Amino acid sequence: MSIKDRLSGNEAVAIAMRQINPDVMSAFPITPSTEIPQTFSSFVANGQVDTAFIPVESEHSAMSAAIGSQAAGARSLTATSSCGLALMWEVLYVAASNRLPIALALVNRTLSGPININCDHSDSMGARDSGWIQIYSENNQEAYDNFVQAYRIAEHAAVRLPIMICQDGFITSAAVENIELLADRDVQGFVGEYHPESYLLNSKQPLAIGPYAVSAYCMEAKRAQLEALKNAKQVTLDVAKEFAALSGREYGLFEEYKLADADYAMVIIGSAAGTAKDAVDQLRAAGQKVGLLKIRLFRPFPGEEIAAALQKSKVIACMDRTESFNGRCGPLGAEVKSALFDAQLMPPVINYVYGLGGRDVTVEDFITVFAQLAEIEQTNDGGKKYRYLSLRE
Amino acid sequence: MTYNFKEIMNKKERLAPGHRMCAGCGGTIAVRNILRGLRDQDQAVITCATSCLEVSTFMYPHTAWQDSFIHNTFENAAATCSGVQAAYEVLRKKGRVDGTYKFIAFGGDGGTYDIGLQSLSAAMERNHDMVYVCYDNGAYMNTGIQRSSATPLYADTTTSPVGKLSKGKPQYRKDLTAIMVEHNIPYVAQTTLFRNMRDIHEKAARAIYTPGAAFLNVMAPCPRGWVYETADIMEICRLAVDTCYWPLFEVIEGQWVLNYKPTNKLPVEEFLKKQGRFKHLFKKGNEQLIEHFQAEVDKRWRVLLERCGS
Amino acid sequence: MAMDGNKITETVSWRNITEGCKIEAAGNSRLFNTGDWRVDTPVFIAEKCRQCLLCVSVCPDSSIPVDNYQRGDFDFMHCKGCGICAKVCPFGAIEMKMGER
Repeated sequence: MSIKDRLSGNEAVAIAMRQINPDVMSAFPITPSTEIPQTFSSFVANGQVDTAFIPVESEHSAMSAAIGSQAAGARSLTATSSCGLALMWEVLYVAASNRLPIALALVNRTLSGPININCDHSDSMGARDSGWIQIYSENNQEAYDNFVQAYRIAEHAAVRLPIMICQDGFITSAAVENIELLADRDVQGFVGEYHPESYLLNSKQPLAIGPYAVSAYCMEAKRAQLEALKNAKQVTLDVAKEFAALSGREYGLFEEYKLADADYAMVIIGSAAGTAKDAVDQLRAAGQKVGLLKIRLFRPFPGEEIAAALQKSKVIACMDRTESFNGRCGPLGAEVKSALFDAQLMPPVINYVYGLGGRDVTVEDFITVFAQLAEIEQTNDGGKKYRYLSLRE
Repeated sequence: MTYNFKEIMNKKERLAPGHRMCAGCGGTIAVRNILRGLRDQDQAVITCATSCLEVSTFMYPHTAWQDSFIHNTFENAAATCSGVQAAYEVLRKKGRVDGTYKFIAFGGDGGTYDIGLQSLSAAMERNHDMVYVCYDNGAYMNTGIQRSSATPLYADTTTSPVGKLSKGKPQYRKDLTAIMVEHNIPYVAQTTLFRNMRDIHEKAARAIYTPGAAFLNVMAPCPRGWVYETADIMEICRLAVDTCYWPLFEVIEGQWVLNYKPTNKLPVEEFLKKQGRFKHLFKKGNEQLIEHFQAEVDKRWRVLLERCGS
Repeated sequence: MAMDGNKITETVSWRNITEGCKIEAAGNSRLFNTGDWRVDTPVFIAEKCRQCLLCVSVCPDSSIPVDNYQRGDFDFMHCKGCGICAKVCPFGAIEMKMGER
């Protein structure tokens, strides 16, 4: 049974958290995710959840406390943005290497400096190699749905890894949209109770976590961790299938939008996909074969599947909402090009940087991108492979 | 409850041998005696900051801890422990945990006075039912004896080395115990390995079984960093107390209590001269350095006596 | 997944390393020999010992076992020979054999 409502992305995620009723939340406020712990605190204050809320003094401590509580045997979560995630950096790796299925609601915001409170993906993209599962959302509905699915993926016995559910700061976190919520009991039934196999508070079996591992073990430990992350791909699909049966809303590793016969394809992450879909619709109406691939699961990266979905595309635009300062491409561009290369596909791929620090991106901007892709095919001249969109010269 | 040393020594051993701490390590002696504060029927979860203690007591695949143990990073033992403790409160209410658990976090002075101070301060302010124990050996010993804010004046460390222009660490040490007292938590105490260990045993038990946050600062000599013969540790600790360099006191619900007042307060050089890290102070021409050191010890001792109303 | 670290050695495959390097054990460091670090060795002279147990409290290596209020001989698999116990013994019941393992 679904409940229609109008909510901001932050409210939607906070409601998902209330419905899950986790054991421990540790959090520190930072724009634009502040509303999540703030709303959740009111649930705690009013007895709507059984959760212990730890009002820590920093994001480093938020993640550190979450590691402690999750290791102790409690389903734990936090929320943050931008510099908050950066301050957690060190302990993100610890959460993942300790195989602790913590959930983190990330509201993407640019990293300082200059300080800027608006959206880009520099925060989560910087943490992409920390061993966390990363799932991105286009709109409020997806942010909610992804959060409801988070623990099922993270806690799966073949996975047991922390998960980051990302949505775009302000664009979806603050904007109020129509949304369909699941009933509380449906969410609880879907997510289930948390019964860890090994945990610190097991009175029958003491547990030690966080050893010093010499070189003889450290590499094997990392390889084992990779296997768990790779397993998350199939688990994500399995969980999505069950979620579709419950909600009627379907999710995969990524979304293909009018991509099957597209000559010109755009690969994109997050809220701008909605704007890009409008551009695709307009160009399709004008008879142009354009399409879009929107990433949902970025870690693990479903490279083979993405290459297969793009195999018919003649020219591809990869849209990065972050700068990775390698002078060649952004993180999405690097991943997509590497996947195409391994599949022996060699179409021209133009990597665009867009939307940094909340720079607005419009339907017209995306139409310009598709026009550039068409021009590249027609002139057989790739030009610059790494471009900025909507930048003043 | 009357104190009985032999009863405490007869308790179960909670730190197994086979750990890789150095021969004669004061930190390990401190940990063993703190753990004796636990009642045998109770369980504990131990948190440890990155430190000599951590890398030596949990080298994969061997743990020296009889109780559950978690190490996270250098600066977050207090936050980590607070998460474990919060989990316990919730899971106990939900009937998902059996028995009584106590929560003890250990950090060295690097992880406590310096990089972990923010995390510690916040966990204490939140008044989690936990004990944070600093084993203070006065430098970053794990990385090779670099100065910390706990390093005493004039100590020769690898980042405050004695040289043509240097007399060792130029600054006084931070008074962390007093800083923790200002958090207005139920229990704060300063102790060390003194005589028959009664002081550390009683303070550990009190800290562990006082509801709410407690902090213990334990001076724990490091033979490598302080440069003395391993067998001399108890004598060095006694001199630290009898010179009033490291006074024994506790603060119970805001009330300062002096636990030991030497009948014959010894000159601080008795403590200093036992240690190679201060040997430059005893060269001709450096007499005034010892006077400076003595003056600071005397000043802090007077302040402490005032606070304790002694 | 089994978390018992006792059988893990440096030849372990990545497939058999414990999940997240967690170890379900209590005090299994006992399996590790630190006795061979020793340069000097304590000798317990039982007839001089009055079982005050002061030596037990100062041992950094938990190498003086206590059973029913009585200490036994040293655990030489773990004693590192620091000599603190010999120095604090009021009764001369521990002597250090210098330079002997």
